[in-house]
Amino acid sequence: MKTINKLTLALLMLCVATLATAQKKGDVLIKNGTVLTITNGVLENTDVWIKDGKIAKIGKSIAAPSGAKVIDASGKYVMPGIIDAHSHIALSSVNEATSPVTAEVWTGDALDPLDISIYRALAGGVTISHALHGSANAIGGQSETIKHRFGTVDMEEIRMEGAPRTIKFALGENPTRVHGGGSGIVPRTRMGVEAVFRSSFAEAKQYMQKWDTYKAAKKKKGFKGEAPEYNLRMETLADILRGNIIVHCHSYRADEIYMLMQVFKDYGIKKLVFQHVNEGFKVAPELAEFGAMASVFADWWDYKFEVYYSTAYNAAILAKNGVTTSINSDSEELIRHLYHEAGKTQKYGGLSDEEALRLITINPAKQLGIENRVGSLEVGKDGDVAIFENHPLSIYAVPMFTIVDGVVEFDRENDPADMRIYPDPKETIDVTLHADEEEHRCMDVHDNYLLTDK
Amino acid sequence: MKSMKNIILTLAALFCVLISYGQNAKATTGTFALKNATIVTVTKGTINNGTLIISDGKISDIGANVSIPSGAKEIDCKGLYIYPGMIESGSRIGLVEVGSDPRTRDYNEIGEVIPQMKALTAVNPNSVLIPVTRVSGVTTALTIPQGGLFSGTAALINLHGYTPDQMYAGFEGVVMNFPTTGKRGRWDRRSEEDIKKDADKALANLNKVWDNALAYSKIDSTITAQKVSTELNYNPEMATLAPVVKGEQTLLIEVNAANDIKAAIDWVKGKNIKVIFTGVSEGWRVAEELAEAKIPVITGPVLDTPNRDYDKYDRPYANAGIMSKAGVTVAIRTNDAENVRNLPYHAGFAATYGLGKEEALKAVTIIPAQLFGVDDQLGSLEKGKSATLFISDGDPFETKTQIKYVFIEGWNIPMESRHTKLYDEFLERDPGVKK
Repeated sequence: MKTINKLTLALLMLCVATLATAQKKGDVLIKNGTVLTITNGVLENTDVWIKDGKIAKIGKSIAAPSGAKVIDASGKYVMPGIIDAHSHIALSSVNEATSPVTAEVWTGDALDPLDISIYRALAGGVTISHALHGSANAIGGQSETIKHRFGTVDMEEIRMEGAPRTIKFALGENPTRVHGGGSGIVPRTRMGVEAVFRSSFAEAKQYMQKWDTYKAAKKKKGFKGEAPEYNLRMETLADILRGNIIVHCHSYRADEIYMLMQVFKDYGIKKLVFQHVNEGFKVAPELAEFGAMASVFADWWDYKFEVYYSTAYNAAILAKNGVTTSINSDSEELIRHLYHEAGKTQKYGGLSDEEALRLITINPAKQLGIENRVGSLEVGKDGDVAIFENHPLSIYAVPMFTIVDGVVEFDRENDPADMRIYPDPKETIDVTLHADEEEHRCMDVHDNYLLTDK
Repeated sequence: MKSMKNIILTLAALFCVLISYGQNAKATTGTFALKNATIVTVTKGTINNGTLIISDGKISDIGANVSIPSGAKEIDCKGLYIYPGMIESGSRIGLVEVGSDPRTRDYNEIGEVIPQMKALTAVNPNSVLIPVTRVSGVTTALTIPQGGLFSGTAALINLHGYTPDQMYAGFEGVVMNFPTTGKRGRWDRRSEEDIKKDADKALANLNKVWDNALAYSKIDSTITAQKVSTELNYNPEMATLAPVVKGEQTLLIEVNAANDIKAAIDWVKGKNIKVIFTGVSEGWRVAEELAEAKIPVITGPVLDTPNRDYDKYDRPYANAGIMSKAGVTVAIRTNDAENVRNLPYHAGFAATYGLGKEEALKAVTIIPAQLFGVDDQLGSLEKGKSATLFISDGDPFETKTQIKYVFIEGWNIPMESRHTKLYDEFLERDPGVKK
């Protein structure tokens, strides 16, 4: 019996090992580009050599190793793969909108590698996105950081192996509408939202205490008690308290942003990224002091009342106050041109090229806890690169190549006109999706569209 | 010491100005001389180191050698560019304040055939969205009702004024949604048979309404011509459609899918009416047919996802260029409300993906002016036209470019909005983190 168990374990471990290495790593030499390293300035006429998925060398006149794919980037701009800290692409479900607290669920269980949005994001130079849970609940589900590898049916292949755990929180109109408005349970107001956090963390602390007591008692001779009941929701909340999970919180108004920082101070939680955070500019000094980060829209406002008092200068004010800020999409459309969204901070607040580019590279990497791996072009980092015709902050920029772990995932010259893998002989009626689709889809019981966005 | 005094005086002056502004700064008018500018006229080339004179709300003079009238307020535009104000060709601006709140939505009245619902009636001149939009150089917008078969009557408005009439820019058009024949999306669970049935029914319904409008129009014309003393029964729907069926007023037909565009081309054939197709997101699929039918289009949003999952990722970016190259007259819209200010970026993406800079600029200036029949006033910088323009420090399609001045019908527009005001207040907040 024991041997069989060991054998099974060995087999399982082999499977895991196989899965971990299943993700493709490639070799690419990018020649003579203008390299926007983000962390080490701009290097003219410089080569970037990616070996076995990692950046092996950045310098002049690197000789092409035999067998490596060579890309001529003369006259082109080479930058790190763009990172979107707030996205819902590649997900087959987004909201577990059944309770104000659903910390136990995980979008990583609902990955959809066939979503065409992955390819479209690649065509915009985006190599990594944060597949976030929706904003229906005060404490929503855990999220997954994905690498944009297209052309696989295996959800394992799009996970970013080794990325830290994250979870979605939400404040304001969405959780109060869904629960207080829709189901008649707390929270109906911003007071209720705070109460949900405080009671959840208080409960989690009690849960941790029970386990600590049990574990201490178990070591003693003659212990006869029983273990406390295992609770995945409480385990997850406990991991937040232990600092093992980065909290990403959907937020709009300054008061609620301020509130969550007070709650986190009381519970000693430090890893906090505010999402949307349209009124972050009003409490930017407080955000900086707390060390909270901000992931914002370039210019989205006014689609609901809690963003009526917004400004497109939000990112600039936050950045100038020392808050680590990123520009995100929250949209399968905007994700295609985050370089353009970042450019808007030059209109609204006059950020420099490097400041603007940091908003879509190293800063979102910091917010996802992966800045030691991606977000800048440095030797040893992952071979995630976007190559542009024209400067990426120009309106005339065109993404030409997108490379993930040294594998060319998008090549504009060889981009297919028709993405169909196989034709459907029965399909005689056109399927077209139009702007008014949003209104219909939010009525679909399978898709809480309004809650995933904004 | 002297510089210190100057600083204090400047600050004092600034303070007075700020106080006198109150809630919103007022626009000012008079005679202006915009000197030393690169003037992009759109229709008559580019004038280097030129001067543009504004008086009585018009461009009274423009050129390289222009004498400046005495008393004119001079603005040195060295290093700057003057462009005609950009025209948004399809939006909800002024008809909605907060998107999610139905109490602030005035673009979707109840009813299938309600062409008599006039956008101009519901335009709120004091909407917060208007200053946010115009400081970006978008000075004029078509604002349109939505929903049903005949949604209402759209209106072209300048983004300055205190009543809808002051804002009215000289064009109104009836909005129609062409019946869709295809599946509306993944969520559409109707069978193919049902889809066909629904489409036939919708088209039959459209034709019935149209026939009624024709009949109404004929009877009305006869009564007028023969001076008969009878009056037609009160029928605002038909009364509004009458000038459309007679070809006197423009019909804006919203149509997007390729098959629907083809069907709409057939439907228009032989009707002898003034038509503009709007949306036209799959225009690239039927560009030749559109060109042959000589139907102009207002397309957009450009920053959009493809209609079908399998379509090439850049089709919405490339759509305007493909149609234009085939010979279609193309104007660009955002189809937005709060972010109509992004019109130059929609045009910029179209420019990058095949339309070219020059055509893209036309698509947001002179072409919409021509389509709306107001090109004697708007859409280019020419002597005698309305002084509706903006001054920038570069290419207005680039996000780095700052818009320095905006004039609408000769009114020098304050360069502030809710967004700039919040920036001014909160960039260096007082008190900071410690009280």
